[in-house]
Amino acid sequence: MPTTKTKTRARPRKPAPRKPVIWNLRLYVAGQTPKSIRALANLKALCEEHLKGRYQIEVIDLREHPQLARGDQIVAIPTLVRRLPRPLRTIIGDLSDSVQLLVGLDLRKVD
Amino acid sequence: MAQKKKASRPSSKTLPKAPTGIQGLDEITGGGLPRGRPTLVSGGAGSGKTLFGLEFLVRGATQYGEPGVFVSFEESIPDLTRNVASLGFDLDRLVADKKLFVDHVSIMRSELGETGEYDLEGLFIRIADAVQRVGAQRVVLDTIETLFGNLPNPVILRAEIHRLFNWLKQKGLTTVITAERDRPDKLTRHSIEEFVSDCVIVLDHRIREEISTRRLRVVKYRGSTHGTNEYPFLIDEQGISVLPISSLSLDHAASAARVSTGIDRLDGMMGGKGFYQGSSILLSGTSGTGKTSVAAHFVDAACRRGERCLYFAFEESPRQVVRNMRSIGIDLDQWVRKGPLQFHAARPTYGGIEEVLLVTHKHISSFQPSIVVVDPITNLLMVSTQNEVRSMLTRLVDFLKTQGITAIFTSLTAAGELEASEADVSSLMDTWLLLKNIEVGGERNRALYVLKSRGMEHSNQIREFVLTDDGLRLLDVYLGPEGVLTGSARVSQEMREKAVVTFRRQEQETHRRELERKRRIFEARMVMLRAEFEAEEEILQQTISESELLGEEVVQDRVQMVLSRKADSSAYKRDGRAKGGRRR
Repeated sequence: MPTTKTKTRARPRKPAPRKPVIWNLRLYVAGQTPKSIRALANLKALCEEHLKGRYQIEVIDLREHPQLARGDQIVAIPTLVRRLPRPLRTIIGDLSDSVQLLVGLDLRKVD
Repeated sequence: MAQKKKASRPSSKTLPKAPTGIQGLDEITGGGLPRGRPTLVSGGAGSGKTLFGLEFLVRGATQYGEPGVFVSFEESIPDLTRNVASLGFDLDRLVADKKLFVDHVSIMRSELGETGEYDLEGLFIRIADAVQRVGAQRVVLDTIETLFGNLPNPVILRAEIHRLFNWLKQKGLTTVITAERDRPDKLTRHSIEEFVSDCVIVLDHRIREEISTRRLRVVKYRGSTHGTNEYPFLIDEQGISVLPISSLSLDHAASAARVSTGIDRLDGMMGGKGFYQGSSILLSGTSGTGKTSVAAHFVDAACRRGERCLYFAFEESPRQVVRNMRSIGIDLDQWVRKGPLQFHAARPTYGGIEEVLLVTHKHISSFQPSIVVVDPITNLLMVSTQNEVRSMLTRLVDFLKTQGITAIFTSLTAAGELEASEADVSSLMDTWLLLKNIEVGGERNRALYVLKSRGMEHSNQIREFVLTDDGLRLLDVYLGPEGVLTGSARVSQEMREKAVVTFRRQEQETHRRELERKRRIFEARMVMLRAEFEAEEEILQQTISESELLGEEVVQDRVQMVLSRKADSSAYKRDGRAKGGRRR
C-alpha cells in the first residue's frame, strides 16, 4: 500500500541473525479510541519483548483511509494483520490477552 | 394505485415510506418500507431474502432515484451479479452508473484470532464510505448474522449490531436487514429482531402436496396499518411479485356499458344488451353442455369489435379449443393470428394455485385485455383446497373488476348439484348462466338459463339451444304439459302446432268462401229485385203522367168554352182575370 500514510517504526537490524525476516504487522484502528491506543501499546510491548529489532508496525487509521477497510476485509476494530512472515494472520481485539496474542501470531517458535 | 397512494398520505405525515417498487408489496404496506429506518426481512434458506434486498435497491435506484448500498456477508459480488442477471437486473451497469455500491464482507474464521475487546467500527466505516460514494439512501445488509459465525464474542457482536442499526437509523438510511430463520418459533437465529422495532417481514417457502408456494407476511409495521395476511409471491424473470390481495376495499367503478354475448338471442335474454362491461360471469354446467362454446362466442364477438381477449385454458390446449370451435363455425385462429386473442394454456398442477394466480395477473397486466376467459376454474381444485380456490378467485375477480375487465369463468359441475357451484364462487359473480342437459324421451338436449344477473332485467325462461355449423342457436320456448319441451318432443310439438295451424287456415278459407258465395247470392237477388222494381216503377210513372195530361186537357177545354160564350167585356176580362189569377 504505497499510498498509506503510515507511522512506521522500523528498528535497525544490526544483529542480522540467520533469519533476516522482518515481521510486518499492520494494525487497523479507527481514530484514537481507547481500544486502539490500548491495542497499539499491547502490541508494542509484545514486539519489544519477543521481536526486538525485527519488526515493523504500520498503523492504519480507517477514518482517514476508509477504502482500505474494504481492500483488506476489515470489519472489526482493532484488527491486527501479520503480513509477514506468511501466511497471513488476523487477530481482532485490543490485544489485551498476551498469551492469545502470541498464539495468534504464532510467536512461540521464534526465541 | 394512485388512489392508494393518496390514501396513505395522511399517515405518511407521521411515518414517511420508501416505496420498494416490488409489485404488490407497496400496496400491502400502504406505500413501502419505513423511510430512514431498518426493516428486518427474515426467511428460511431459499426464501428469496437476497433477491428481496436487491430488488429493493435496484428499484430504488432505477425507479425512485435513490441510490443504494448492498453489503453482502455471504455471496461474492460476481456470484450476486450472476444470480440476479437472470432476473433482469444489471448490477454491473448500476455500479458503473454510481447508483449502486456492492460490498462483500468476507471473514475467514480460520485465519482469525481474538484477544480482547473489539468493535465493528471497520464495518461502520465501510458502510459510511460506500454510502457516501453513491449518495445512498438505501442500504441492504444481507445476512448480517453471518458475522456470528465468523467473529468471536457474541455478546460484543450483539451490542455492536444493535449499535449499527441505531447508527443507520440516525443516518436516515432506509435499511433492509435480512436474517435466516431456521426455526419456526424464532424470527432470526440470533434474535436480532429485538433491535429492529419498526418493520418485520417474513418470507416463507413451503411445500404442500408437492407443490411449492412462496409467501410473505408483514409481521409488524410500527405506526402504520398493513395487511396481516400471508400473501403469496412469485419470483420470476421480472423479480418478485407479491399478489395484490383482494384489494382492501370494494371501490371499483361499475360500468353501465353493456357488451354483447355474441349470441343474439342470449342478449335478448339479458335485457337485450348482453353482459355489463367489467362484470364477472359464471358459466356452469355438467360436461358437454357447451360452456366453452358460449365462451367462444363471446370471445369471437369481442374480437370482432376489436377488443383484446385473453383466454386461459386450464384443460384443453389452445389448438384443441380452436379446432373444436371451428366445428361450430367460430374461427378463433384468425384472431390469434391477427393479435386480439391470446391463449395461455397450462395445467394448474404445474405450479401452485398462487402461481396460477400470479401468472394470470402478469398476463393480464401485460396484455391489457378487455375480456378474460378462464376455462375452467374447476381444474384449480385439483391443486388446492376449496378455501384457497375461493380466495384466489376472489382476488382474481377483484383484480379484474378494478381493471374493468369482463371475465367469463366456466365451471364444471357434477351432475345433480347444478346450483351448488363448485368452490362456492357464485356469490362473487354478477351473472350466472347455467347450462344443462335435459333428458326427455330418451335423448339429451342442451338448455340454458340465466340463474342470476345482477342489476339487469333478465329472462326467467329455460331455453333450449343447439350447436350448429353456424354457431350456437337458441330456440323458441316450447311449453308442454310437463314443462319445457326439448329435442324431438319439441319437434313433434312444433309439427303438431303446425298441423293445427294448417287446419285452422283451411277452415277459415272454407268460411271465407261460404261468405263470398252468400254475398254473391245476395247481390244477385238484389239485382233481380231492383229490375222488378224498376219495371213496376216505369209502368206506374207512365200511368201518372198520363192522368196528369188528362187533367190539363179538361181545364183547357173549360177555358175555351168560357171564351167562346163571351160573357164579359174584353177589358174586364183581362183585369178581372188577372186579379183573379193573382188572388188564387
